[in-house]
Amino acid sequence: MELLTPSLGLIFWQTLVFLLLFAILRSFAWKPILNALRIREESIEEALAAAEEARDEMANLKVGNEKLLDEARHERESILKEARQAATSLRDEAKNEAVKATDKMIAEARVAIETEKKAAISEVKSLVAEFSLVIAEKIIRQKLGDEKDQKKIIDKYLQDIKLN
Amino acid sequence: MTTFKKINREKSYLINIIALLFIFILPLTSANAEAGEDEKFSPGDMIMHHIQDAPEWHLWDGPYGTIPLPVILYSPNQGLSVFMSGRFEHGHASYQGYRVEEGHIVSESGDKFYDFSITKNVAQLLINVLVMLLLFISVAKAYKNRAGKAPKGMQSLIEPIILFIRDEIAKPNIGEKHNKYMPYLLTLFFFIWLGNLIGLTPGAANLTGNIAVTGSLAFFTLILTLFSSKSYYWKHIFWPPGVPTPIKFIIIPVEVIGILTKPFSLMIRLFVAITAGHVVLLSLLGLTFVFHSYLVGIGSTMIVLFINIIELLVATIQAYVFTLFTSMYIGMALEEEHH
Repeated sequence: MELLTPSLGLIFWQTLVFLLLFAILRSFAWKPILNALRIREESIEEALAAAEEARDEMANLKVGNEKLLDEARHERESILKEARQAATSLRDEAKNEAVKATDKMIAEARVAIETEKKAAISEVKSLVAEFSLVIAEKIIRQKLGDEKDQKKIIDKYLQDIKLN
Repeated sequence: MTTFKKINREKSYLINIIALLFIFILPLTSANAEAGEDEKFSPGDMIMHHIQDAPEWHLWDGPYGTIPLPVILYSPNQGLSVFMSGRFEHGHASYQGYRVEEGHIVSESGDKFYDFSITKNVAQLLINVLVMLLLFISVAKAYKNRAGKAPKGMQSLIEPIILFIRDEIAKPNIGEKHNKYMPYLLTLFFFIWLGNLIGLTPGAANLTGNIAVTGSLAFFTLILTLFSSKSYYWKHIFWPPGVPTPIKFIIIPVEVIGILTKPFSLMIRLFVAITAGHVVLLSLLGLTFVFHSYLVGIGSTMIVLFINIIELLVATIQAYVFTLFTSMYIGMALEEEHH
């Protein structure tokens, strides 16, 4: 029975000391400790979230890079294609122009040749006429002399003409 | 390098074993001395002497074996009397009209008086509180100095326990508002746990196995429960929902008594568990002196070693259970209508 009877003194001291202990520990131990634990947990959580975010960002960047690369590749191809087309068209144009110029030059040359030919022919004609006149003159002069001589002269002139 | 570590570890094991042996041999020697003084050894007296409070702190018989403690008495007739318990000369003398009978101070004149003495248990209480203050304030300082860093030393011993109390006891039972109750729960847990552990060391007083101590702790829990109670808690007691009216008249008294039986069970559980543990340990040690045999001594020491390890477990479990039930009662008081 002795054991089951709480003593007044011990109840008094236990209450007093425990309440003091509680008050002191609450402000000088538990609050700082619990706060520190909470802050640490929060910082760990934040760090984890930041890491996750960074990883997502990296993945996004990678996707973006690939997209950019793809775009660049497409652009290069289209530029090359355009350049090729431009080159082809340029070459074709040059070719056409050259053909045209040649044709024109040939035509011009032809016209020039024709003119030269005509000029030559007319010159030949005038020369023939001149020779004929000279011969005719000579013949007419010889007519006044001997007939034999006339013949001789005509042959001679004819020979001269042949020689010419 | 590893072999060196291994040797070191083995060395520390050896030290532990030697320390353990000392712990279990010491009470043996003190009990032996008691048996020597009184020709006839009474195990019952020895056990009661160990688990009860006393105005002085008896460690061993002979010179300097008993530490005198301050006696503070107040009687309406005589006023305040303050003196050291050495004045009683171990129950052989009376002083200022008081003397000691079976470890209790009684008034010779039969006057009513109030005993506020620093008894063995009060001294033990002060020692425990001092240990707690030193321990936890130094740990709190470590948190301040090492802010944002991983715990180290004593910090890493205390931190898992604090986190366990917060995450496994307070959060599931109290819920959202658990932060407000954490300081009380932590103080309660560590007071009981360290009290139980210190109580197991030889020479220490049986503080947490004293009904006045456990009763005070249970009373704090009761007060805290009542002060944090919401209207739903009282509605549940005085007009339980979903119960037929005639049965309500049976339920209501049960519920009202339940307000008190909850802290009462807390008080009894801790008191019984710790006191019973001490009684078992002391009974087994007492066997040696009943049989006057070394063989029994060796045998009972082995069993005491085993029981002591179980007592370490009980010390922790009882602290856990007291804290757990306290947070459950607070949780019940905080419950709202929609649950």
